[in-house]
Amino acid sequence: MATTARSQPTPALSPRSSSGFSRVLTALQGLLIPALSVFTAILMGSILILLNGRDPITAFEGLFEGALLEPRGLLATFRNMTPLILSGLSVAFAFKSGLFNIGAQGQLIVGSVVAAWVGFAVDGLPPILHITLAMVAACLAGALWGAIPGALKAYADAHEVITTIMLNYVAMQLAGWLISTGSADGTIKAGPLSNPASTDAIARTPPILESARLPSIYTIPPGFQLHIGIFIAIIAAILIWFLLYRTTTGFQLRMVGLSASAARYSGVNVKRMTILTMAIAGLLAGMAGGIQTLGVNYGYEGNQSLALGFDGITVAFLAGNNPLAVNFSAFLFGAMDAGTTRMARTADVAPELIQVIQAMILTFVAADQIIRRLYRVRAVGGPQVRISNRSEGEL
Amino acid sequence: MSEVELGLAIIATINAAIRFSVPITLGALSGLLSERSGIVNIGIEGMLLMSAFTGFMANVFLSRPDVPDALQAGPVRLTLALVVALITGGLMSLLHGVLSIQYKVDQIISGTVLNILAVGLTGYFYQREAPTLGKLPNMISNPFTIADSWELKLADNFKFYLPYDIGRILFDKDVITYLSLILVVVVGWALYRTTWGLRTRSLGENPRAADTLGINVYRMQYTNLFLGGMLAGLGGAFLTLAAVGLFEQGMTTGRGFIALAVMIFGNWRPSGALKGALLFGFALALQNQLQLFGINFPHQLVGMLPYILTIVVLAGFVGRVQPPAAAGKAYEHE
Repeated sequence: MATTARSQPTPALSPRSSSGFSRVLTALQGLLIPALSVFTAILMGSILILLNGRDPITAFEGLFEGALLEPRGLLATFRNMTPLILSGLSVAFAFKSGLFNIGAQGQLIVGSVVAAWVGFAVDGLPPILHITLAMVAACLAGALWGAIPGALKAYADAHEVITTIMLNYVAMQLAGWLISTGSADGTIKAGPLSNPASTDAIARTPPILESARLPSIYTIPPGFQLHIGIFIAIIAAILIWFLLYRTTTGFQLRMVGLSASAARYSGVNVKRMTILTMAIAGLLAGMAGGIQTLGVNYGYEGNQSLALGFDGITVAFLAGNNPLAVNFSAFLFGAMDAGTTRMARTADVAPELIQVIQAMILTFVAADQIIRRLYRVRAVGGPQVRISNRSEGEL
Repeated sequence: MSEVELGLAIIATINAAIRFSVPITLGALSGLLSERSGIVNIGIEGMLLMSAFTGFMANVFLSRPDVPDALQAGPVRLTLALVVALITGGLMSLLHGVLSIQYKVDQIISGTVLNILAVGLTGYFYQREAPTLGKLPNMISNPFTIADSWELKLADNFKFYLPYDIGRILFDKDVITYLSLILVVVVGWALYRTTWGLRTRSLGENPRAADTLGINVYRMQYTNLFLGGMLAGLGGAFLTLAAVGLFEQGMTTGRGFIALAVMIFGNWRPSGALKGALLFGFALALQNQLQLFGINFPHQLVGMLPYILTIVVLAGFVGRVQPPAAAGKAYEHE
């Protein structure tokens, strides 16, 4: 959340400057807008449900039960929120440095594929080493994929929004080729990472070895399990918070986000910071992909994680780009996704309703003026979501 | 592969390239109008998807048996459906305007909202296999395909089929395909030869100066966003009322983002957008038709090229593109 009042001269750079009490107060006020945004979006979702002649109360009851009350649903919520924490972190982290990472999707795909590759191709390692190796590879692949737009921004002044969008498609096509099955008559060779043992036409990598699977914390028979990825994600969130708010590098990153030219004049290497920011953002998204491969899908299949990277944008904004708050907005989104099946079954409401609600949440969080006007909330702190005026100050 | 087969494959590829390039051209024109007015628009994808959907649903609705015959007649029904798609595109674009101009939401975020909203709404109201009474017919039939036409007899006589082949590319297209070409010319002319165009370009370069000269910046931005939205609406309508005749969830499959790439690739000029759209359309078509040419090459690697090319162009490695100077920054009236 933007937790600081407008009167403070250097807002986000001095988190410890205000007194404890007023910090708690502003933090609570900061929660108000996201909470009202979610509430309003759900209200508007209810109107849509009514328009379709269904009962919104039953629908949201079903959503709530399916996401939190059923044991399987709760597990699904935790499982869903894991990659969302990381892709949300990826977007939020880049945002703190004034960069908009729309490329989490592509970075996630790259991480996913590389994790699958290490997972099935490297044999004979004990699980702890195999998992670590696969995760590190996924992170590095994501970091590399993220560093490309960073470098293009730093050295060729190419806007990261466009280059990351383009790289998403490059990643999709590249992954598609790597796992492609080739033509039936063999004139087109199958992709290098495709599954030779596959009997159907679905393109996928071979399954990862047992030793690469993330261990389960809790299993509901038969085989519905919660893997340890959720802890990795939460620890990553804490580390990112620490990096941003307790280290010199983090300070410099945020300074670049607030004013690139001021940062440059105070001796920060803005170009290097840009590349570093995008690399770390990519690393986080790559980690999300790795976890999905090693913990959920046990291999890579095309289109399996279609919207996780994009959902990261909404998750990050709902959290006001605060790395710790990302955990909670990811929980909310994970729960929504987990509850849709139940909602669809009990209330006959199309699962896509959740996407409409999520888009509205993004709208309201971004256009907080609408919410303020609607509920007569006075402004605390500046507008919440704003990409810095970095494009003005050339690098 | 024989000469005839090769000829057929080439014609099929060119026709597929044209089919791909129509919505991309219109999407790029839409983005161009918006960005030339100073509003960055990454929501083209959402505008295409949404208007493809409403255009289709209007067609479905008017095709129902209880609708009067006068409304169901082909031209009336399809014109109405087209209008619905156009207005949808315009309204989506206005939403982008309200968010980014009125509420000062970052333009990139506002565009993202359009994209996510369109996926959600079209998914929510989607009806599987909704029937319609048909899509837009083709216009200007190829004279060579009429069995006893003198053109065909002449071609038979001299064993010279090139005009016939060219005819297969030029004729038998729907109205939106021809309209998109006309619109490229119209937008290009308007942008560079009219007062409106000069004012629009001034918004994208220096809105403060435009404001000082008495141009109502916000009103002009809203107008241009609406016009641009209608162009994207036409592109969306092409997908469901002309090309396929059906709506599938997520059927735009990134065409709006390709349109964005094409707009950049064409250096924010209508003529450049057309060239870019044809090039990208050709790459997409080639992706599907490689095997027709007997080329055994993974189509995904061809499919990657346009995106890489866009990055290369944007980074200035080849040629240099010049975005409107003020695009992306919310203008504050004083």
